[in-house]
Amino acid sequence: MDPKPLALKILDIVSIVVLAIATYLALVFAPMELVMGNVQRVFYFHIGTAWTALIGFILGAVFSVIYLIKKDLKWDRLEIAAIEVSMVFFFITIVLGSIWARPVWNTWWTWDPRLTTAAVTELIYAAYFMLRQGIDDPERRARFGAVYALIGGLSAPITFFAIRFFRTIHPVVIAGGNGNAQGSFNMTGNMLVAFFFGLFAFTVIFIDLFWHRVRLGELQSKVEEMKLQATI
Amino acid sequence: MTDKINPVVEESVQADTRPRATKSRSSSGFFKAVSAVVWKDVQAEVRSRELFSAMLVFSLLVILIFNFALELDIKTRQSVTAGVLWATFAFAGTLGLNRSMSIEKDRGCMDGLLLAPVDRSAIYFGKVISNLAFMLIVELIVLPVYSVLYNVNLFIPGLLLVILLGSIGYVSVGTLLAAMSVQTRTRDILLPILLFPVIVPVLLAAVKASSGFLTGAELADILPPINLLIFYDIVFTAVAFMVFDSVVEE
Repeated sequence: MDPKPLALKILDIVSIVVLAIATYLALVFAPMELVMGNVQRVFYFHIGTAWTALIGFILGAVFSVIYLIKKDLKWDRLEIAAIEVSMVFFFITIVLGSIWARPVWNTWWTWDPRLTTAAVTELIYAAYFMLRQGIDDPERRARFGAVYALIGGLSAPITFFAIRFFRTIHPVVIAGGNGNAQGSFNMTGNMLVAFFFGLFAFTVIFIDLFWHRVRLGELQSKVEEMKLQATI
Repeated sequence: MTDKINPVVEESVQADTRPRATKSRSSSGFFKAVSAVVWKDVQAEVRSRELFSAMLVFSLLVILIFNFALELDIKTRQSVTAGVLWATFAFAGTLGLNRSMSIEKDRGCMDGLLLAPVDRSAIYFGKVISNLAFMLIVELIVLPVYSVLYNVNLFIPGLLLVILLGSIGYVSVGTLLAAMSVQTRTRDILLPILLFPVIVPVLLAAVKASSGFLTGAELADILPPINLLIFYDIVFTAVAFMVFDSVVEE
């Protein structure tokens, strides 16, 4: 295993710093929202984690296609790293959303398109990991994983449109309004700063964790190789 | 090319299932290979009736359970019939998909099929068609039984179309995932876990369209879910067709 590259060490420190700044901006710097009060502050992290998780899931599907074409295990490691980190981020998104929804919507959960799609997406990728766990041969595991990541990545957005046949109450803060939305608001200057910095911070943190996970994947495959040689 | 391939296809199919499993001797190689796979599945099923009877009895049991779980009185029947039907089809479908792939794996027939010098996608389409056929037959028996038991008319042409479209989407993804799940350690348990989350759009759209037809909603309200079903069917059949090679290759 190569020693940790300098760029990654720097990125580790940068991640911690931007997380601290983002926390400060969200909790102190941004003004309190008039109607919802302090609970609105989870929004900055809610969108930050959601945005990076969605990018990560798309990346995972793209890597799975590249793996199926090239059959190089390097792409499989990138795919699982993107999906694993995204899954955790998306879980944070859901938990933060629930915390916000309790006072604003008066319920922890509702079967709204976004919430349902989020739950189904998490279940798809939970199934993805169960599938991978059930296969010993690394090459077959990569192939099946890639196929399922592709099917799941295509199905999740279609689920979103399918649930649109039913109504929605989720607010659309960025670009556009939803007449039925409950808990929508407009952002003022300092809110925008906290919002965009949150997006930036979670993107940096995502790249850092992603990089670590790729290195861990390399280590895993090395261990597997050594085990295989030991048995022979 | 086709003339050289055909005898080999027949041989391998015959050797792996039962004697005289194929019949047709004309048409192009691909369709011949597809029909050979379908024919051997149908033949095996006609003789054993394992899969069909299991799916049918299971479907009836699910409906029975729903009857008590939901107290299907006249009022609730109106609103939940579509949901009950699709839940029944989805559960019974996994039985059929699991069975159809695990017999291939258990008896070593999959290797025989793969050895046949035909396009692998022919095996996929053959399996999809036979699975679809079994599922549609089960559905065609469940519908009148449900109609009689609960006094609801289910023979609406639109509803039958929705059932056909929904079943195509279900089976096209299900066959691919079943081919994967039988090759894992957890096997049969894994298929529903893999299948249900990715099949959610089909079930949602099918339930919406079915209940639309059952309650006599306007066509403008029923069309979007039907369009979505068609879209899903096309996209996922195409994707499954493209990736099936990677699922069965050794």
